[in-house]
Amino acid sequence: MFSYIVKRLLVAIPTLLIISVFVFSLQKLLPGDPVLAMAGEERDPQLIEYLREKYRLNDPVPIQYIHWLGSAVQGDLGMSLRTNQPVLTLVAQKLPVTVQLAIMSMLFAFAIGIPMGILAAVKKNTALDYVANVVALSGLSIPNFWLGIMLILLVSVHLGWLPASGYRPFFEDPLNSIKTMLMPAFVLGNALAATLMRHTRSAMVSVLSADYIRTARAKGLAERSVVLEHSFRNAVLPIVTLSALLFGELLAGAVLTEQIFTIPGFGKLIVDAVFTRDYAVVQGVVLCTAVGFILMNLVADVLYVVLNPRMRASL
Amino acid sequence: MTTLDQVRIPVASAQRPASRAWRKLKANKGALVGLFIIAFFALLAVAAPLLPIPDPNATSWSAIRKAPSALNWLGTDDIGRDILSRMIWGARASLMAGVLSVAIAVVVGVPFGLVSGYFGGWIDQIISRVTEAFLAMPFLITAIALAAFLGPSLMNAMIAIGLSAMPVFIRLTRGQVLAVKTEDYVEGARSIGLRHSSIITRYILPNVFAPILVQATLTIATAIIAEASLSFLGLGQQPPAPSWGSMLNVAKNYLSQAPWMAMWPGAAIFLVVIGFNLLGDGLRDALDPREA
Repeated sequence: MFSYIVKRLLVAIPTLLIISVFVFSLQKLLPGDPVLAMAGEERDPQLIEYLREKYRLNDPVPIQYIHWLGSAVQGDLGMSLRTNQPVLTLVAQKLPVTVQLAIMSMLFAFAIGIPMGILAAVKKNTALDYVANVVALSGLSIPNFWLGIMLILLVSVHLGWLPASGYRPFFEDPLNSIKTMLMPAFVLGNALAATLMRHTRSAMVSVLSADYIRTARAKGLAERSVVLEHSFRNAVLPIVTLSALLFGELLAGAVLTEQIFTIPGFGKLIVDAVFTRDYAVVQGVVLCTAVGFILMNLVADVLYVVLNPRMRASL
Repeated sequence: MTTLDQVRIPVASAQRPASRAWRKLKANKGALVGLFIIAFFALLAVAAPLLPIPDPNATSWSAIRKAPSALNWLGTDDIGRDILSRMIWGARASLMAGVLSVAIAVVVGVPFGLVSGYFGGWIDQIISRVTEAFLAMPFLITAIALAAFLGPSLMNAMIAIGLSAMPVFIRLTRGQVLAVKTEDYVEGARSIGLRHSSIITRYILPNVFAPILVQATLTIATAIIAEASLSFLGLGQQPPAPSWGSMLNVAKNYLSQAPWMAMWPGAAIFLVVIGFNLLGDGLRDALDPREA
């Protein structure tokens, strides 16, 4: 297993290198000369030359990239223009907030999507299946920022049940932290629940028509045992691996949700950076998200091997 | 005397599968509902200049945040503009952004996928590694980063969305080409000496077209949400030009005073997206040769 993980990590290196080229190239898309912008209106030639040397802008672009990559590998993603803090420090500060939101969204998606998928498969081609499919399709089609706005309108403005915005760190005030995250987690987990429902249904429909399930029924096993113990256990494999992949997507999907509910997480960091033209932060967030995404891909692959006895045996 | 290029290799009639697919699509109620929704909004978008509605950018200080009424069916916004009119004109931006950004993804992505799958070797290795890298970056984050660096405008948002969606089309096309290129009719075309470009355009592309069409339809739904998201963040359509996403961006500041400002644009995005999702699902079933 260890050699499998090492092999998968090595495979990720070229992918990361290509992503780093893309992230580095982003700053080259910027119109105008960044040094002229930094030098102010006086545009002192000595200052301009000093800045060019300082940021190695006199070097050829490939050399600039190598220096940038060298620093990035050592954890130096540059400084935030807005807060004057290292980008990595900012990312490390904001990440736990988004991870909490992502975990809560995931729990919500599991609680809704999987039971709905099982029910839809067991009651295939009935009204219940039809309703579950319509709900899932709606979940996939509803823009989550609109859902967030509508929930704030209903739950916070009209009913006054939950706060419309704000954030409390979980380890300082767990109850209020969960309370403030309930609506954002619902909004972010909604599309995920729909995806999980569709995949669970599809996996369960396929398993429920297998011969061993017919045998289990022929033996006289209770339907509950047939569905939950014999069928779901075999259908769960693709769902677990999918969940690991979707967790990576949640980190990205949090951008709009955090914006609406004013949650000071990873997503809000990139949006604020975009508006303050803090490009080093934008680059840093893109790079860190890609690394997180690749790691979640790795987790999905490892989980697949761990949970699948045939794959385990072939290692 | 016929030259090699003039030789026509008999392939199964394209008309019959197409008409069979259309028959199956017509029988799918969900797909028809989707088609109807899309047609309705497309018609509104096209006919916007002809409809008897107020100028979408005309402000009225005496009609600020007015609730829906006989005069303003969907109410007015924070500077007195008619929401119905802005919704109809906004449909243009949203539909155009959805369709054009997917067109960018298809026009750029499909040729790369065709070349990668058909030629294999080092070309395939390079294209596949780059595609995998871009697939490892979440769609919306890539689009936000590109839109931020390109500058905020509807055109740049479309380019950003198109480029972010492109890897999916490269991978899909490559996979389809790998399955098709070993078919007898492709081998036959190769054996009579047809040029690679002719084989790709005449024999491979038509046979990998169906899954690309399905994916394109479903991606339009994603692109419409992405455009609305970028406009909501201020990176897409710029004021005062209307778009559903930018209307929601303003509306979120007046939730308690003017909730109607937020209701309609979001409902429109939801409806159009569900329309494309229903049509995409229907097309997938209709074009699937395994489904009788």
